[in-house]
Amino acid sequence: MSVVRSTPLRPVQSLGRWGVESLEAMGRFALFLGEAVVWTFIPPLKVSQFYRRVHFIGVRSLSVILLTGAFTGMVLGLQTFLTLSRFGSEALLGPAVALSLVREMGPVFTALMVTGRTGSALTAEIGIMRITEQIDAIQVMGLNPMRYLIVPILLAGVATFPLLTAIFDVVGILGGYLVGVQIMGLSSGTYFGEMRTFVSLDDITTGLWKSFAFGVVVTWACSYKGYYTAQGTVGVSRATTEAVVLSSVLILVWDYFMGSVLP
Amino acid sequence: MIEVIDLCKSFNGQPVLKGLTLSIAAGELLVIIGRSGGGKSVLLKHLIGLFRPDSGQVLINGVDLPGLRGRALDDLRTKFGVVFQGNALFDSVSVFDNVAFPLREKTRLPPDVIHARVEERLEQVGLAGAGHKFPAELSGGMRKRVAIARALVTEPEIVFLDEPTTGLDPILCTTIHHLIRDLHRKLHFTAVMASHEIPDIFEIAHRVAMLHDGVIVEAASPEIIQASANPVVRQFIQGETEGPIQVT
Repeated sequence: MSVVRSTPLRPVQSLGRWGVESLEAMGRFALFLGEAVVWTFIPPLKVSQFYRRVHFIGVRSLSVILLTGAFTGMVLGLQTFLTLSRFGSEALLGPAVALSLVREMGPVFTALMVTGRTGSALTAEIGIMRITEQIDAIQVMGLNPMRYLIVPILLAGVATFPLLTAIFDVVGILGGYLVGVQIMGLSSGTYFGEMRTFVSLDDITTGLWKSFAFGVVVTWACSYKGYYTAQGTVGVSRATTEAVVLSSVLILVWDYFMGSVLP
Repeated sequence: MIEVIDLCKSFNGQPVLKGLTLSIAAGELLVIIGRSGGGKSVLLKHLIGLFRPDSGQVLINGVDLPGLRGRALDDLRTKFGVVFQGNALFDSVSVFDNVAFPLREKTRLPPDVIHARVEERLEQVGLAGAGHKFPAELSGGMRKRVAIARALVTEPEIVFLDEPTTGLDPILCTTIHHLIRDLHRKLHFTAVMASHEIPDIFEIAHRVAMLHDGVIVEAASPEIIQASANPVVRQFIQGETEGPIQVT
């Protein structure tokens, strides 16, 4: 009798459970960042861990940033040149490439590349530390894993993302120069001269603010997924995938909101 | 020193500890035996404050451990040394840095004192000169000894060992058990060890507690446990498939 009565309510129950679990997960995700931010301001900072993470996120991502930055600039240079030439506006190639890179593509592509290159590795590393009880070991030594593990990662993200983005932008602009000037025959003075006219400091700071924010978003999502890894190696694999997906989605969503708010 | 009173813990509605009560005296070497998956590690994780009980108390020197938070909990944990089942060594640093880690992070000892203390512990566990190696370069037995050295480097009052001989061959098992016994005699800590290495543990334990179905069914000296009339204890130590313990 009770089974018959409960059947029509089952979808409502499932929906309610999904809603509660989703809210709980979002709350835990937000609290994770909140706790990390609080520990950021409580000395001492684990400096050696910070340097290690700067190397891990920054230096190890450099080659992929150089490569993708160059080709992004080259593709952008080629396609923009072909489009502008239809309107006889090839002279605007420099500003078009620079504005696209500095305001939008530089921060977003850098964040996506770093997510794929080191974000997933961060999640896997922390996840393995979780399942092999290394995080428990830190805890029972009377240390705070948040301070020891997560804070250096967040700070390293904030420190390295703007630098990597700046490198991506510069290399991308040079890639656009290679195609537009060296291959398509635009003059070098036009390419860089028009860029000086149209690209303002606000455009550069917009890109930098975005890269700061993405530094937090990527390290936050990746370390969170690693920290709460469960169920052995399968759990690490799942956490790594979820971290990349979550980071990528957050980058694009956050990019839209920042693009709407910033000048 | 350690009092566990009516401890209950469930996971997803599945009860694991069902009103477990146990007391451990200072300086004692107590071995908790029981089936794999029977709750030994869960009990140990309550004793070191990694799990919070659904109900019941865990008292360490009269202090209610589950009631502690933040710095008070961290301070109490500085009295602990823990050897985890999988060793929990930090992969990214050397053996020396693994053992030195708790001293560097939790004390203000000068580097030369830390160096001397770490070398002393590594020598005590038979790993003198292996400090520069990384955990991945060591055998299972050596990794276990590094974990023991790290647990003992802060001179803890209480050492918890979660199945310290899992996955080791019989000779290494005996070596590790003798090492634990010798270090216990030398350093006079209280030791709580989860294990199912029968009969090896009877050689080293002061007292053996049998955990079955979420409670301690018997806790006594190794001699009494070996002669126990309790059918659960008898079946377990004789390794029989027939008896009150259902093999699933």
